[in-house]
Amino acid sequence: MLLIECPWCGPRDESEFAYGGEADISRPIDPDALSDAEWADYLFMRSNRKGENREIWNHQHGCRRWFVVERDTVSYAIRATFPMDGEGRSP
Amino acid sequence: MALGLLKSAFPRAGAAHLPDRPSLKPSYDVVIIGAGAHGMAIAYHLARYHGIRRVAVLDRGYLGGGNTARNTAVIRSNYLTEESVRFYRESVRLFRELSNELDYNILFENRGQLTLAHSDSDLRNFRWRAEVNKELGVRSELVDLAEVQRRVPLLDCDPAAHYPVLGGLWHADGATARHDAVVWGYARAACRLGVELHPLTEVTGLEVSGGAIRAVETARGTIACDAVVQAVAGMSSEVARLADIDLPIHTYPLQALVTQPYKPVLTPLVSSPRWHVYIQQTSRGEFVIGGGCDPYPLYQTRSTLDLKEALCRGITQLFPFLAEANILRQWGGITDMTPDYSPVMGHSPVDNYFLDAGWGTWGFKATPICGVTMAELVASGQVPELIRPFALERFYTFDQVNEAGATAASH
Repeated sequence: MLLIECPWCGPRDESEFAYGGEADISRPIDPDALSDAEWADYLFMRSNRKGENREIWNHQHGCRRWFVVERDTVSYAIRATFPMDGEGRSP
Repeated sequence: MALGLLKSAFPRAGAAHLPDRPSLKPSYDVVIIGAGAHGMAIAYHLARYHGIRRVAVLDRGYLGGGNTARNTAVIRSNYLTEESVRFYRESVRLFRELSNELDYNILFENRGQLTLAHSDSDLRNFRWRAEVNKELGVRSELVDLAEVQRRVPLLDCDPAAHYPVLGGLWHADGATARHDAVVWGYARAACRLGVELHPLTEVTGLEVSGGAIRAVETARGTIACDAVVQAVAGMSSEVARLADIDLPIHTYPLQALVTQPYKPVLTPLVSSPRWHVYIQQTSRGEFVIGGGCDPYPLYQTRSTLDLKEALCRGITQLFPFLAEANILRQWGGITDMTPDYSPVMGHSPVDNYFLDAGWGTWGFKATPICGVTMAELVASGQVPELIRPFALERFYTFDQVNEAGATAASH
């Protein structure tokens, strides 16, 4: 069981959280302007790295807010957590 | 050491089970990355049926040491989409013949597979699957509780259970086989035809120029080649990245465990989507128990207590006597999960670089048909009809194959 630091609630058990996908993927401002390939890239293609990743997680059974997690997909280590706007504390 | 063991386990007068690792040649017609069951099956079919024998199969580790060794050996074709049912139906047929094809006993057992319904929506879904299956010649039928009890007498069918069993999807074609034997059999047959197996040969780079694959860089030197097949499920995104190919894959572990052996008491393979758990009794009496994927991506085969507890919780609800069983072994495999739970097979954006990826939790059961279809693709350049729906291209044309029946224990 991981201990995950919610930027607002502090360290809580992994079971309170939900993984929400890779971070830094913004919904296109004008989807109609995209080609099918660009839209598919946005929807489906992911970097899925072995090692360090930036992800968004949700404190589902807590404050229910989204935040960013820097996590290693080999070692399980969480290097940092911070709010979506990049401000606030991280361990 | 491992090869020595193989020799003593399967003695064959005058012939080594597998040749020693040869030196790496400067060029091959085809390089296959990944010496798992898929890679060896593709190599075998290239050599046996297409006359392409200058084939090198490379692996970072050893023969069948990845997910071929880690899957739970389920063979079935009771899928939901027509594309998948046709594909896996052919795979099951080939599995039945595989021991003869390879002259190697893969211990195929046609046990039948039962998926348990715990709700009205399960029953509706199973009725749908059964009708699609029957239409395409796959033996599936919706069965009632009495039939479930008859087939699995030890199942707890108490109507007061937390999730009572209401019925099930009986799949008479469901089967199992010795997963290691499948890759050993393909490897032995392929190597006898001149295919070279190169364990401990990690691919470190892919040389692409003019939009086509030219060479494979390995820790033991660079190999020029006309075509490359990547068959490295569990590592697909990382290997494809070497050729700048994006894949729609998320990598998750799937955990499993094995109990101490019991006398034979469970014939069919049984799964419960509601409890995220499935079980079969091996021919040596152990219960193999698997479940859903970990809740977040990992490139790790480590076990976690949470997931193992979830497996035990689910399986002891179904088979209470297993609460007394000791766990002998536990492990994890790494799965390529795709957004539509279907594989990614065929051409890639790089010419002559072929993908055999996206094998989620359904890779082992597709092994023989992958060998047939991927070899045909590599040899002819034409995509076989059976795998046309699984092209990477489908994500760019929004023609996904939404395979809700992909997993015995849903994710």
